[in-house]
Formats: sequence, structure tokens, C-alpha cells
Amino acid sequence: MSRLTQVFADLQSDKRRALIPYVVAGDPSPEGTVSLLHSLVDAGADILELGVPFSDPMSEGPVIQKGHERALGNGMSLQRVLGMVAEFRKDNDRTPIVMMGYANPIERFGYEAFAAASAEAGVDGLITVDLPPEEVDAIDGALKAVGLDNIFLISPTTPEPRVQKIVERARGFIYYVAVKGVTGSAQLDTDEVARSVSLIREKTALPIAVGFGIKDATSASAVAASADAVVVGSALIAEMEQKAHSAEDLEEIQIHGAAVQLLQSIRAGVDSSPS
Amino acid sequence: MTSEVTPELFASVPDQDGRFGRFGGKFVAETLMSALADLEQLYARLKDDAAFQREFDEDLAHYVGRPSPLYEASRLSDAIGGARILLKREDLNHTGAHKVNNTIGQALLAKYMGKKRVIAETGAGQHGVASATVAARLGLDCHVFMGEEDIRRQALNVYRMKLLGAQVVSVTSGSRTLKDAMNEAMRDWVTNVDDTFYIIGTVAGPHPYPMLVRDFQSVIGREARAQSLAQYGKLPDALVACVGGGSNAIGLFHPFLQDESVAMYGVEAGGKGLETGEHAAPLSVGSPGVLHGNRTYLMQDDDGQILETHSVSAGLDYPGVGPEHAWLKDIGRVQYVAANDDEALAAFHRLTRVEGIMPALETAHAMAHAEKLAASMTPDQHIVVNLSGRGDKDILTVAALDGIEV
Ligand SMILES: Cc1ncc(COP(=O)(O)O)c(C=O)c1O
Repeated sequence: MSRLTQVFADLQSDKRRALIPYVVAGDPSPEGTVSLLHSLVDAGADILELGVPFSDPMSEGPVIQKGHERALGNGMSLQRVLGMVAEFRKDNDRTPIVMMGYANPIERFGYEAFAAASAEAGVDGLITVDLPPEEVDAIDGALKAVGLDNIFLISPTTPEPRVQKIVERARGFIYYVAVKGVTGSAQLDTDEVARSVSLIREKTALPIAVGFGIKDATSASAVAASADAVVVGSALIAEMEQKAHSAEDLEEIQIHGAAVQLLQSIRAGVDSSPS
Repeated sequence: MTSEVTPELFASVPDQDGRFGRFGGKFVAETLMSALADLEQLYARLKDDAAFQREFDEDLAHYVGRPSPLYEASRLSDAIGGARILLKREDLNHTGAHKVNNTIGQALLAKYMGKKRVIAETGAGQHGVASATVAARLGLDCHVFMGEEDIRRQALNVYRMKLLGAQVVSVTSGSRTLKDAMNEAMRDWVTNVDDTFYIIGTVAGPHPYPMLVRDFQSVIGREARAQSLAQYGKLPDALVACVGGGSNAIGLFHPFLQDESVAMYGVEAGGKGLETGEHAAPLSVGSPGVLHGNRTYLMQDDDGQILETHSVSAGLDYPGVGPEHAWLKDIGRVQYVAANDDEALAAFHRLTRVEGIMPALETAHAMAHAEKLAASMTPDQHIVVNLSGRGDKDILTVAALDGIEV
């Protein structure tokens, strides 16, 4: 059983919802990323979503854009992200890692080479924002061949027949993008989310994660009422950014602490959700 | 690419998935897929709709001022002493560049879709001005995304857009030029996809944009072909156009692709020289990758990060290029070359002094190559250059480069 399947099965038997934090690999520093990931797991993360820095992150709002810029400024590359996953795996063989990024660095790496290197490093799944089903065949095939899951996105604008087609080829879990917009934007309409999630649920037994627009314990709790997993990204990065600017000479662990604290409170929100 | 080059081949692209060979496609977030599908369906219906075409043609005739002349640059040609240089005068269009052919077409599509808000990205500001213009005419709310760096070097066009009622949004991410403006426009579109039409300014972006922008701009080549036959009784021997995203070039080239005797040259921005790395010439020295919704040649590093570009002309300062050009390069139908900043600046001055026509700095790149090409040809041969725009917007840049304070 894959790590992703295992985690969702365990959660289901405990009647709990998954919490998935997103951070950008190499932000705030490449040296700190692996320890940040471990801290997020300690704070209640069930699955980790690791952003692969890209020069043109078209679906990101300003907060995550800056994270990508900082990471690239720190000399990050796809190869180094994979190195971080391998490093993380030395101490944690249980928590799934899903990489999230854009097509071009992966194209450049080569789809098959990338799939092989990801499997080797201990990656579990991949979300490529700009590879919709129409363009995903090559990477999907390469990932499947090494037992990794390509995670498909469904959005509020995805028409129903298309939802059907997407769930038919999905593995791991479904990622429902809760808002029309970029990461960190817009007001979340939790009623709309609940409606869409139940519509998707009619078509698939796969777990459904919801992301984009979840900021705090309250919004996480509301989303967890319908979703199997809650993704939170911009809020964590904004929290770390604020902390970093709050004083000079901070240790990186103190900056991480800001994200850890927020994640703990979101964990509590998710766990208190009526379901 | 080894597929045989036949007339049918050129009519066969893009295929139904928006592919030009291995290039093109729809590499966008899921949220935009249904908007692209809607646009595709609408365009498939209107493309051959007589009423739509009539409306488009009438706007081009009475609002833009088409057809634009095909003018023989006699003094310039005499001075060079080689092939005759004919200028397709897109600079005489309303708003001063070829860009308006496309914005007229896309604004019509927006109207048919009932969208009340349009957005656009711009580099030189010509597409922004052309978008703001059609928006003013149709009473649409218009937001133009423009890199901070370009806002500085194209101040006149920024003010023109504001006068036309558009909101100019300064983009401060990344390299603060056209590529980042396009990222930001895409982000806006994802957010406001229900009521917003995205007017892309060149033959890039996801399918169906490269196709529909090409179709709208092809009026340039259709006219040039007919004018050449009417005025000289023959087709030109060569075509030359500058290539930023590639819309003026494809507009001129496309109606001639099946004419085997016509050679074609796309001129990229060589910046400070291809060997310096400071340029915007993805077809000349880039490699295939995915950016802004399509697969094409890009300027990128070994990790697949997009590189910052350099060109004296904001409209060519883009690390990608339309996917049809990528394909035309691979099949060998068009040759892509580069002219550097200095060559363009010299060509700007020469055309201004010898013919009394002040070209845009983008266009000056095409002129620079056309002059070289003409010198290698004979006086009985003809070169058509797409004079894609007028240079008024660039005079402050030119003055600064020449060390003159205006
Ligand atoms: C006058 C002029 N020519 C050429 C270009 C380059 O665009 P394209 O390659 O799409 O024709 C621009 C872009 O701003 C322009 O303003």
C-alpha cells in the first residue's frame, strides 16, 4: 500500500481529517527546509506538500510568489528539492510528500528521469498546476510506471462531465481548488465547497482534499466538515514572513515556530470539525 | 521534424488540441480550461460566420484605416543598391501599430460573449493602447498589466492608456517586464474568469489564442500578397518581420506559407549580442519548454527556470515566442535570425532620415536585417518588410541611448 493510501486509511479508521501544510522548498532557507518539514509533522501534518520553486509561478498569489523568489534566490533547483525529500526520508518513512510545481522544470529534467529520481528520493505524488488532463499523459505515465500518484485538480469552473473524466484517471486523492483565483486570494464560500465536494464524492471513492483560501482554524474547521483533507499554504508562509520581519537576528527555528503555531491551531480546528 | 512540407501542412495546424507539431497546447490551471473551451467553441462558430467577418472587416476599414499601403522605400533601396525594399505600413493604422488588428477581433469576441471587462498584458504599450482603444470604443472596463520597468521606458504609452480610460497595473514581480505582465494577467483572469475577457497581444498563450491572433493578423499578409501582385505583377522574393511573441510576423508570413518561392525571415532581438546572453532570442539560441500556456522555444537555464531577457525594445523583450514560429523553425519554412540593439538603433535612424518614416524600435530590428538581406540580393528582387509600428513611443529611449536630453 502506498504511503498516501495508508495515511488516508488510518485517518478514516480514526474518523479524522488530514491536514496538509504547503511550504516552498528552500524558503526561508534551503538549510532549514527539512527541519521545517519535521516540525510541521510534529505539529499535526498528515501529508506534506512541498512547493518546487519556479521563476513564473502563474497560479500563486503574492505571498507564495515571494516564497518562490526567495527560494530561487537561495539557489534552489528541482534536483535540490529531491535531495531534501531524500534527507527527510532518513528520519520519516511514513508521512507522504506531494510535490507541487510547474511543468517547465520537470520537462527540463525529463519526465522519465524525474519520475525515477522522485521515486528514489521518496516522493509520493505530484501536482503540476499547468498540466491539465489534456497535457498530463506523458508525466502521468512516467509516474505510474514507478508507482507514484499524479494528483488531479478540480476547480469550481470544472463542468460535471469533465469531473467524471478526471476522477476516472485520478490516483492518491483529488485536489479541489476551493476558489476561482490564485493561492491566498479571495473569500472562501464553504457552502459552495461542500456542494462541490459532495458532487465529486458521488463520482469517486478517492479522498478529496480542499485547498486555496484556507487561512485559520475557523476556515479549516468549516472545510473539514465536508473534505477529507485540508490544505493550507499562504497563511503559513505569510506567518513566517511576518515573523522574519519582526526582529533582527532571529534563529530560523523561531521563524519556523510561527508556522508551527498556526498549524497547531488549524489542527485543533480540523479536529473539532463536526463530521 | 521531418514531416514533408506541403501546402496542406500549413492549413492543418493547429490540430484540435492546439498543437503545431510538438508545440502549442493548453498548459494552464484547471480553472481556466472551461473558459478556453468556451472561447474555442465561440471562435469555431464565428470564424466562418459572414456577419462576424463583415463586422471585423468594416471595423478594419473604417476604424483602423485598412488596407495599409505597400510602399516602396526607393531612396533606401537605392542607397543599398540591392533588392527593392517594400514596407507594409502597419504604422499607419489607428493607434500606430499592427496590434490593433488583433484587439479589434478579440474585442468583437468579448462582445459576442457578453463580457464587460477586458484585461491585457503589454510590453511596449502598443498592445495596451490598442486594447484600451477598443475598450473605450465599446464601453468596456479595461485593465492593462505592465511591468514596472516597461512603465518607465514607455511613459508616453502609459499616459495614452490612462487618457483612454484604462487602468494600468504596475507589475513588480520577477523581471518586471512583459513576461511578468503576462503572469499577472493570467492571475487576474483566473480570479475574474466569469466576467473577464483576456485580450492576449501576441500569438502566444494557450490554444486557441495563437490561432485566433494569427487569423486576425493575417489581414497583413493577405493585403501584402494582393498588393504585391497588383503593384508589381509578382510575389515578393522575401519577407522580413521582427519577432517578439510573433504576431506581426505570423500575420505577414501566414498567407505566403504555401508560396515556395517566397523566403521568410523572422528577426529576434539580439540585445547586446547573442554571445553575451543578454538578448531576447529564444528561436536563435533557446530550447523547448513550457511557459504561458504553451510549449515553445524559451530562454531558460538548465533547471528550467525562465531567464531574464534584454532588448532595447520593450515589445521584443520576451523569453518565449508563439508556438507556430517554433514549428516553422523546426520544419525549416522560416529562418530566424537576430539583430542586436546597436543595429536596430542604426536602422531606426537610417529609415527616419532617408525615408521620413520613424519606425518603432521593434520594427527597426526587422529593418536592420532587411538592409543586410537586400545588399545580398539583386535590384529585380523584392523584399517586403512588415513596418509593424511607428516610433513616436520610442523617441525618449532613442534620445537617452544617443545621450541626448529632451
Ligand atoms: C510595433 C511593434 N512591433 C512588434 C512588436 C512585437 O510583437 P509581435 O512579435 O507579437 O508582433 C510590438 C510589441 O509590442 C510592437 O509594438
